[in-house]
Amino acid sequence: MQKFETVNGLVAPMDRANVDTDMIIPKQFLKSIKRSGFGVNLFDELRYLDEGRPDADNSKRPINEDFVLNQPRYQGAQVLLARTNFGCGSSREHAPWALLDYGFRVIIAPSFADIFFNNCFKNGILPIVLDEEIVDKLFKACEAIEGYSLTVDLPNQVINTPDGESIAFDVDAFRKHCLVNGLDDIGLTLEDADAIRAFEQKYHKEKPWMLGVRT
Amino acid sequence: MPNTQSKTQAKTLYDKLWDRHVVKQRDDGTALIYIDKQLIHEVTSPQAFEGLKLAGRQPWRIEGNLATPDHNVPTTTAEREKGIEGILDPVSKKQVQTLADNCDEFHIPVFPINDERQGIVHVVGPEQGATLPGMTIVCGDSHTSTHGALGALAHGIGTSEVEHVLATQCLIQKKMKNMLVKVDGQLQPGVTAKDVVLAIIGKIGTAGGTGYAIEFAGEVIERLTMEGRMTVCNMAIEAGARAGLIAVDQTTLDYVKGRPFAPKGDLWEQAVADWSDLVSDEGAHFDAVVELKGAEIKPQVTWGTSPEMVLSIDDQVPGPEDAKDDVERGNIERALEYMGLTAHQAIKDIKLDRVFIGSCTNSRIEDLREAAEVVKGKHVADNIIQAIVVPGSGLVQKQAEAEGLDKIFEAAGLEWREPGCSMCLAMNADKLGQGEHCASTSNRNFEGRQGFGGRTHLVSPAMAAAAAIAGHFVDVRDVA
Repeated sequence: MQKFETVNGLVAPMDRANVDTDMIIPKQFLKSIKRSGFGVNLFDELRYLDEGRPDADNSKRPINEDFVLNQPRYQGAQVLLARTNFGCGSSREHAPWALLDYGFRVIIAPSFADIFFNNCFKNGILPIVLDEEIVDKLFKACEAIEGYSLTVDLPNQVINTPDGESIAFDVDAFRKHCLVNGLDDIGLTLEDADAIRAFEQKYHKEKPWMLGVRT
Repeated sequence: MPNTQSKTQAKTLYDKLWDRHVVKQRDDGTALIYIDKQLIHEVTSPQAFEGLKLAGRQPWRIEGNLATPDHNVPTTTAEREKGIEGILDPVSKKQVQTLADNCDEFHIPVFPINDERQGIVHVVGPEQGATLPGMTIVCGDSHTSTHGALGALAHGIGTSEVEHVLATQCLIQKKMKNMLVKVDGQLQPGVTAKDVVLAIIGKIGTAGGTGYAIEFAGEVIERLTMEGRMTVCNMAIEAGARAGLIAVDQTTLDYVKGRPFAPKGDLWEQAVADWSDLVSDEGAHFDAVVELKGAEIKPQVTWGTSPEMVLSIDDQVPGPEDAKDDVERGNIERALEYMGLTAHQAIKDIKLDRVFIGSCTNSRIEDLREAAEVVKGKHVADNIIQAIVVPGSGLVQKQAEAEGLDKIFEAAGLEWREPGCSMCLAMNADKLGQGEHCASTSNRNFEGRQGFGGRTHLVSPAMAAAAAIAGHFVDVRDVA
């Protein structure tokens, strides 16, 4: 996994509540058996005017000029500003894969859906929860000032704004540790292989029906 | 075990399920949780198997997994007859083939495409007794919450975690909070489990359960069949809760007993004794409690693009001025435009183009019986382009055919299909055309969910069946 330390990036505003993972990456692109290449279809139904297909040449498709990410001022954005309950719905990890592939490393919102939130950390994306008023302020600043960027410093858990303000944020210690060091958590869990084996032996001895095999 | 709670402390069902599976409590508040069963399907597993291969790892416990293809499989008999070879979409075919290859390579138990036990993972698990009370159950699919109906701790995970469970049979988790949703009293005739869960989502919102495991309780829940309980837990995720739970009782035991993977003989007796503890203790602490009165719940219909945009059948669609703030106003305006509805339009005036009866929410035998009862001896309205009935598994299909339900549907002008996820998410050929309205027994009415530009209205099987006959929404209590 890509390490995450400090990201200084252009901010793009997604001013809409309850953005679901079907919207982030529609189902027809979930047929891929790879982890990469989803960026061109991020927000496909909002970004393009026609129906997207996995085999389509996206450069030839009609663009929805009104969609925020199609505006020239937001090209190259690395920070996505969002509203409440971002990432709700399907558990598809293709959603963070698409966001990452597009170039986003940080998502800031007043709240996230649980599964999506967790999936972000597994892919080098930092989801940050901030109070609704602060998010609102960032939306206003981002829309008012062209080229509005934020510096997101994960080791110090602080966001620095262009006007010198510092916004502290919370992050789970274990997730931070994995993200900052780019760690594969399967490797970490396997360090406890003996504990898992011991648990399993005792557990299946006490509850053999939990082996769940056909009888 | 590092269980910090004293033995005398009253626990919720969720607390008990959690405590039973803690392998190791870590100082940072996370815990290593043992997973009893992982269900696997073709869409969210290929990258997990690839990761396993790249790292040179093997599955920790092969029997801790069960796979079946469901999302991409065609549902027409013509396409299904030739198995994987018959899948016309080459990309879908490759994904289904990849699942078969991975299960073969890693010896994962699998019900292949034309095995009669194949079906939607969340129908197959309980049907086989492969998901049992007291288990921790995961799957790369958010509707894994379904299995909580058995008194299990079940939730959806992403593909990285699918790989993690394959490799370690564990997950790193932080404990959720406890929510109790109590539905008291009795339901009116014609009002079903689907209406109950839609009413709950309407009350608490799509983010109302975020961070919680929801236990559903109360007289209404106790009286539900297992099929109905699965419908309720299935949609816990639509209220934001990864896990929904229902206490184990006689209904649970009667359902599980005798199923292929369920314990038999002495083991069954031991299991039943163990499972009797799978209820919340008297006085257990819930961080949030929500109460509904069963008698007040009417048949529900979603009008918008989020499951929380739900109303009773005799209501009218809201207008922007009904919003309590700017964000909600924007949501209502956008939803009205996408759905092609006008403010204050009566729900009963919404004309329909297609009807879908199926999905992990409502494709079990009881759901099909409920729909067949409504359409029996009647015919689908002329304005309905297509009405399809997709059983949740090959065994549900077989049972329905034994009862003659397929004939009732076909005589009424509905198509009887092969099992799979089908039009719930339209990864196969079953989808809505642009602008079409669909009465659907599935779980999500998101923009484009059932097809590009498609307009989904979530309802119960009885309501979908009644709508197919009328061509628009009607109150099933008036026609049944």
